[in-house]
Amino acid sequence: MTTTVIDLDTLRNERQFPFCPGCGHSTILDALDAALVRRGTAPEKTVIVTDIGCAGLSDQYFATSGLHGLHGRSITYATGIKLARPDLDVIVIMGDGGTGIGGAHLLAAARRNIGITLIVMNNFNFGMTGGQHSSTTPEGATTSTTPLGNLERPLDIRSTVAVNGSAYSWRGTSFDDDLVDRIEEAMGVDGFALLDVWELCTAYYVRTNTISRKTIHDIMGGLGLDPGLVVASEPRTEFAAALHAMAGQLPPAPPPKPTPTSHRSLIDGRFVLEAAGSAGGKVRSAVRIVAAAGVRSGLFTAQHDDYPTTVKKGHSASTVVFDPDPIRYAGADHPDAVVALTTDGVNRIRSTITAMAAESTIVAPVGLDLPETAARVIRLDPKNSPTRLGPASMAPALISAAAVMLGIVSPEAIRDAAAGFRSADAFEAGVALVDAIGSD
Amino acid sequence: MSTRYLTDGIAAISRGALEAGCDFFAGYPITPASGILMTMMREIPAHGGVAVQGEDEIASIGMCIGAAMAGSRAMTATSGPGMSLYSEQIGLAVMAEVPLVIVDVQRLGPATGGATTVGQGDVQFSRWGSSGGYPMIVLAPWSIPSSHRLTIEAFDLAERFRTPVILLTDKELALTINTVTELTDKPATVRSRPLDDTDQPPCRIGALDEVVPMRPYGASHTVRLTGSTHDENAYITKDPVVVETLNTHLRVKIEQHREEIERVHADFDPNSKVLVLSYGTTAGACLEAADLSRQAGTPVSVLVIESLWPVPETAIAEALQGIDTIVVAELNHGQYIREIQLIAGDREVRGVNRVDGHQITPGQIMEALA
Ligand SMILES: Cc1ncc(C[n+]2csc(CCOP(=O)(O)OP(=O)(O)O)c2C)c(N)n1
Ligand code: SF4
Ligand SMILES: [Mg+2]
Repeated sequence: MTTTVIDLDTLRNERQFPFCPGCGHSTILDALDAALVRRGTAPEKTVIVTDIGCAGLSDQYFATSGLHGLHGRSITYATGIKLARPDLDVIVIMGDGGTGIGGAHLLAAARRNIGITLIVMNNFNFGMTGGQHSSTTPEGATTSTTPLGNLERPLDIRSTVAVNGSAYSWRGTSFDDDLVDRIEEAMGVDGFALLDVWELCTAYYVRTNTISRKTIHDIMGGLGLDPGLVVASEPRTEFAAALHAMAGQLPPAPPPKPTPTSHRSLIDGRFVLEAAGSAGGKVRSAVRIVAAAGVRSGLFTAQHDDYPTTVKKGHSASTVVFDPDPIRYAGADHPDAVVALTTDGVNRIRSTITAMAAESTIVAPVGLDLPETAARVIRLDPKNSPTRLGPASMAPALISAAAVMLGIVSPEAIRDAAAGFRSADAFEAGVALVDAIGSD
Repeated sequence: MSTRYLTDGIAAISRGALEAGCDFFAGYPITPASGILMTMMREIPAHGGVAVQGEDEIASIGMCIGAAMAGSRAMTATSGPGMSLYSEQIGLAVMAEVPLVIVDVQRLGPATGGATTVGQGDVQFSRWGSSGGYPMIVLAPWSIPSSHRLTIEAFDLAERFRTPVILLTDKELALTINTVTELTDKPATVRSRPLDDTDQPPCRIGALDEVVPMRPYGASHTVRLTGSTHDENAYITKDPVVVETLNTHLRVKIEQHREEIERVHADFDPNSKVLVLSYGTTAGACLEAADLSRQAGTPVSVLVIESLWPVPETAIAEALQGIDTIVVAELNHGQYIREIQLIAGDREVRGVNRVDGHQITPGQIMEALA
C-alpha cells in the first residue's frame, strides 16, 4: 500500500482523525495506537475491523490491515479472520449502536471465547445518524428519538459478556489514565476481551444531557454500572485454537461406494411404490433398503420422504420410483402400489388410496381400516411371520413382502440390501409372509 | 451393467465443495439445507479446515467473508429465509470483492413457507436480493451429477471474478435419493487464487473489467477492504470519478465476461419448432416430456439453463433458431419467463407454473406443447 508508517513510534498513518472536536473517538484511537506500539505486532499481522457509525471510520487512520464492515456485524468478520488465521491480532472497533443491532454476535463471541479484542466506543447514542438513542442510552436521557426521556434500560455490556464466558471484560472511560494499559492487556488475552469505553459525543449526546469528563464516573456509579475489570475465573481454551485442535481428529468419510447390480428385477417399466405408516415406524429406512434392493436388481430408484417436522409423532411416508431407465423426473403422484401400515399412514394418503385405479395394489396388515378404493387389496397377517413382528418390524416386513410379491425385487436382492442392518430379520420375515400367502 | 450410486444433492454439493478445496464453512440450520451444514461440520475438520455453526445466518456469512478475506475458500448454505438474512452481507461481499459460494436450497415461500416443500421462488431474488442491483453469478444444478460439478464451478467462478457465487438448488434435488451412474457429469477444477503479495494499493482498478488478485490478511503487506464506496486503498470516498469507476468495475468485470459464465445443457431436435426451457429440478420433467413427445413423433427441443445469472443470452439465442414457441417451466408464478420474453422477439412464450408444493409433471409439459 502507498500509505506509510510516518513514525516508527506509531501505527497511525498520516491521515487526520475526522471526528468532531472533543469527540472521545480520537482519544480512544490515540490510546489504541500507543497500545499497538507497545504490543509490537507487525502492521500486516494486525487487522482492525470496524463496525458502522463514526466509530466505524476508525480503521482508516491506521497503517495496519483493516476491514470496514456492516452495522453490528464487525464481530462476524473478525471471528472468520481469527478462525482462518489464528496467528493474527484481530481488533474490533464498534459503537454502542453496534452492540444493539449486533447483540447476538456479542453474546456468541463471549460464549465462544473467540480471541479477538473488542473496543466499544460507547457514547450513549448514534453519533453518525444524528444522536438517536442506542442500547446504552441511560434511562431518562434526552436524545433525538427520546424527546421526553429514554424509557429503556441501558445494556450492561461488560456484565453481559462476563457472565457469558468472556475472558477479559473491562469498563472504563476515554479519560482513564490506564486506558492504554488496559488495551494492551486485552490484546494479550488468549480469548475474548472487551473494553467498554465510555466517552462523549460532543455533537449530540452532551448537548442534551448533563455529562462531562468530571461527572462521567459519577454517572456510572449512579447507573450501578461501576468501572473496572472482570476476569474469567476459570480459563477456557480460545475458540479458534480449540476448533483447529479438532482438525484431523475424525477420519474423512470414505468416498461413495457403488451399489453392486447382481440381481434381476421382473418389472420392465416405471413402478411407483408408496409406504405410509407412523413416525418411528422405520418406514423411510425400510423403503431405503428396498430401493437399494431395486438398484441391486439393475433398476434405477428415486426415493423421497414425507414426514412432519416433529419426526417422532404423526405419519411417516416414503415414495420410491423403480425404473429400468435413469429417473429424471422423480415425482410420483399416482403410486402403482401402496403399503399401508398404520392409521396415521392411511390418514396421510387417504386421497391417494381413494384415487387408486383397479390395476394398482394395496398391501396392508389384516384389520387396518382402509378407505373405499378400486385397487386390489392384499392383506398380510403378521401372525404368519416366523418371528414376532413388533411395531418397528412391521414396515420392513410388509414393504419387503410387497416388493417381492409385485416382482420388483427378489428375496435374494432384499437379503443382500438388508445384510448388516439391524432390521435384517424383519425383512426376512417379510419374505416369509409372502411364502405364507403362497401356501394358503 | 453400469455402476450405480444411491445418493442425493446434499452429498453431491458437500463432496463437490470439499473437492474444490473448501476449507471454511459456516451455516445455520434450516430445512432443506441442514444436510450440508451437518456434512461440512463433520467433514471439513476431517480435511483439516474449519467449520462453524453460526449464531444466525448473518453471522454465518459474515464469518465466511472474514475467512475468505484471510485466504480461505469459504461456503455457506441456507434456504429462502436465510437468504433474506444474507442480503446485506452479500452486498458487502460484492463491494469488497470477496470470493465466496452461497448455496440456496429453495423451498416454497414466502416467509417460512413450506419448509419441506419444493419451490423455485428465489430465482429473481438471487439476482436482485441485495441492495444496489449489482450483477450476481447464479448457477442452478438440475441433477445430482450437475450438483457436484456446478459446486466446483461455483468455487472457480468465485475465484475468477472475486465475487460471491450463488448455487441455486431446491428441496427436491437436494433431498431426493436418486440412482446415478456417475457422481459427476463433467470434470471440473478450481483455479488457484493468485496472491497479490505486492505493496500496490489492494483495491486498485486497472482495466475496468480486470480482476486484481486478492491480498489476504496476514500476507507480507497490509490490506484494507471495505463495504463503503472507496478508493484504491479502501478509504471511503465520494469523488464522483472514483465512485463511478468502482461501480462500473463491479458491473463490467462480470458482464463483459458472460461467455465464461454461460452454461446450459442442451437437448435439441433440429426439426423442432418448440423449445422447452427450464432449470433446476423442473428440468427433469422437461427432458422426460421431450422424450415422450419424440416417441409420439413430435420433435421437441429442451434447453436447461445452468447459469441463470447473468442470463446466458448467447446460448439462448442459438437455441431459439428455428423456434416459434417457447415453453418456460418453473415452480413459481413465472420469474425466469420475464427474461425469456425480453429476448423472444415475436415468438410465443408460454409459462408452465406450479405453486402447490408439487413438481411440474412431464404430463403438464406435454399439455403445454399441444
Ligand atoms: C443496517 C444498517 N442500519 C442502519 C444504518 C445507519 N447507521 C449508520 S451509523 C448508525 C449508528 C451508529 O452509532 P454507533 O454505532 O453508536 O456509532 P457512533 O456514530 O456513535 O460512533 C446507524 C444506525 C446502517 N449503516 N446500517
Ligand atoms: S457525531 Fe459524535 S461520535 Fe461522531 S464524530 Fe461527532 S462527536 Fe464523535
Ligand atoms: Mg455511538
